[in-house]
Amino acid sequence: MAILVDEASNVLIQGITGKQGSFHFRQMRAFGTNVVSGVAPGKGGSLYEGVPLYETVQEACEHHAIDATVLFIPAAFCKDAALEAIEAGIKVIVIITEHIPVQDELIIVNRAKLKEAVIIGPNTFGMASWKCKLGILPNVAFSPGPVGVVARSGTLTYEIVGSLTNVGIGQTSVVGLGGDRVPGSSFVDMLKRFEVDPDTKCVVLVGEIGGNAEEEAAEFIKTMSKPVVAYLAGKSAPPGKRMGHAGAIIERGKGTYEGKVKALTAAGAQVATFPYEVVEKVQTLLGHP
Amino acid sequence: MKCFEYMGKEIFARFGILVPQGRMVLTPEDAAKVAAEIGKPVVIKSQVLSGKRGKAGGIKFADTPEEAAQAAAQVLSMTVQGLPVQRILVEEKLKIDAELYVAITIDGAAKAPVVIASAKGGMDIEEQDEADIVKTHLDVFLGLPAFLARDVARKIGLRGNLAKEFSDILSKMYCILNHKDAELVEINPLVISGDHLIAADAKLTIDDSALYRQKDIPFVDEDMTEVEKMAKAAGVGSFVELGGDIAIMANGAGITMGTLDMVQLFGGHPANFMDAGGGTGVEGTAKAISILLAQNPKVIFINIFGGITRCDDVANALAQVKRNIGIPVPVVVRMVGTNEEAGVRILKEVGIDAYRDMKTAAQMAVALAKRGEGA
Repeated sequence: MAILVDEASNVLIQGITGKQGSFHFRQMRAFGTNVVSGVAPGKGGSLYEGVPLYETVQEACEHHAIDATVLFIPAAFCKDAALEAIEAGIKVIVIITEHIPVQDELIIVNRAKLKEAVIIGPNTFGMASWKCKLGILPNVAFSPGPVGVVARSGTLTYEIVGSLTNVGIGQTSVVGLGGDRVPGSSFVDMLKRFEVDPDTKCVVLVGEIGGNAEEEAAEFIKTMSKPVVAYLAGKSAPPGKRMGHAGAIIERGKGTYEGKVKALTAAGAQVATFPYEVVEKVQTLLGHP
Repeated sequence: MKCFEYMGKEIFARFGILVPQGRMVLTPEDAAKVAAEIGKPVVIKSQVLSGKRGKAGGIKFADTPEEAAQAAAQVLSMTVQGLPVQRILVEEKLKIDAELYVAITIDGAAKAPVVIASAKGGMDIEEQDEADIVKTHLDVFLGLPAFLARDVARKIGLRGNLAKEFSDILSKMYCILNHKDAELVEINPLVISGDHLIAADAKLTIDDSALYRQKDIPFVDEDMTEVEKMAKAAGVGSFVELGGDIAIMANGAGITMGTLDMVQLFGGHPANFMDAGGGTGVEGTAKAISILLAQNPKVIFINIFGGITRCDDVANALAQVKRNIGIPVPVVVRMVGTNEEAGVRILKEVGIDAYRDMKTAAQMAVALAKRGEGA
């Protein structure tokens, strides 16, 4: 098992014939993802590299039992495409697109919550579980194994997952929450799933400065039976773009590097100072040579 | 994008929120004219994108048009928090009975807009006691119904006409948040003046990702440095100048931060934070590299883990810049991921070796920068 999806999951791609969509469709299929259909308005009824295309998500769902969809849709049209997937009843929706207006994200994530759909993203590399990749992470980085990975930033995750793979430590699932202000899923949502996933032996959390997602995660880690190794980016970064008074009132001193390290350490997580230390800590935890 | 106060007040007024009578001007002469039109004592407020203007002396009072011209000349010659004052707002001086605080912003963790209000507005709101601040999260599908607005007014102790005006202002602020794609709509202070509430300040931040559909709002780039403005014009994902001597480009905010962290660990000084963004093509990357060069660094350090960004695109961009304009300083490249082999081959053709390991590459970049210091 792995979390959310696996190689048996039927996957839809929205925007499959676009520049990014077509490239990553091929990468996903090469990885082992079971891509059963695509949505490309104006091209419905035809085949695209052997995959049937439909005009709408609803139409695709009438022909296939879709478990998950991946959106390669320009930011301006993403709200509509995501709502289309939610209303069609798809339960795992991966939104790769960045620069979606925050008002649109609010509508998407709140509607998904109401319809009990899991949103991965927006502005994410997506996720991979066993032989199912939904998104854009490089195929070579990921390998099946016992470590669950959940992250806010993309490339840094490839770095860490790639290093784990290089020393022979694979992953159950790797999930990117995305770098936007209003992510569809949180660290806690994924930690809960890893905690009950029988194949996950330990969890790596990749966070960064700003916001309070890591502090929330720390509260949940206290209750977990599985060990957690964390890395936080931004130790040396100057304070990021602040939103002024209102942002400061919400955060109230949360969001600093030191605050996050303190919260995670107090919760029993091991915090690595640099990305390569994550691998060393996981090796020790798993008794891996 | 942060808006100047005068822009915020223009939008507030359009949505029916009461603001002081006044106008933005660029010269002392025009300041005197506006003061004469107002015909009352006025306030001269520097228009810069920085808080703490009052403490920095960027706000002055004047009783006559002549005094207004003098005060304007003073303010126009100052810098506030490093920002030269180029515009001033001249407006009527209000009779202030009390100062409130009110804001609506997006709480990412709660996935909801949140109203923040306090009966104790004015300076130092950030240090205020948690108990004096009322926070109300909104359901994005319900918006801000009038009953909720009235309840916020009650919770900060307002009664009668003031309560009515307050809840009315709150509803209008929510309209601005929605219709103008704002991330923050803030009034501090919201002034009680006699029996009315007047927005004495206006802070408005528009969502950068939504600027494309807010074309009637002028673009403001005041808080960027010249190189940052170049980066913005070139479409670079995210760029901040840091003043060191190792110019850095990576793809993704997290790995860029991780790269800065590592360079500092090994004793180096990053010149900048540059997240080249995901999936930037050859042209965009070439522009990004020319921005690294514009900082006159001792070393350029490029750290790419290809995903949606393809290594061959980055390599082609580097080769193009090297052939066309030349790169006068050492370039350290760390490159793995999508289309890695092609990228490494292209770099080799122009005499650049690529590392596979981030730690070794970071150490090399720092060592080369130190050698550059000695030369």
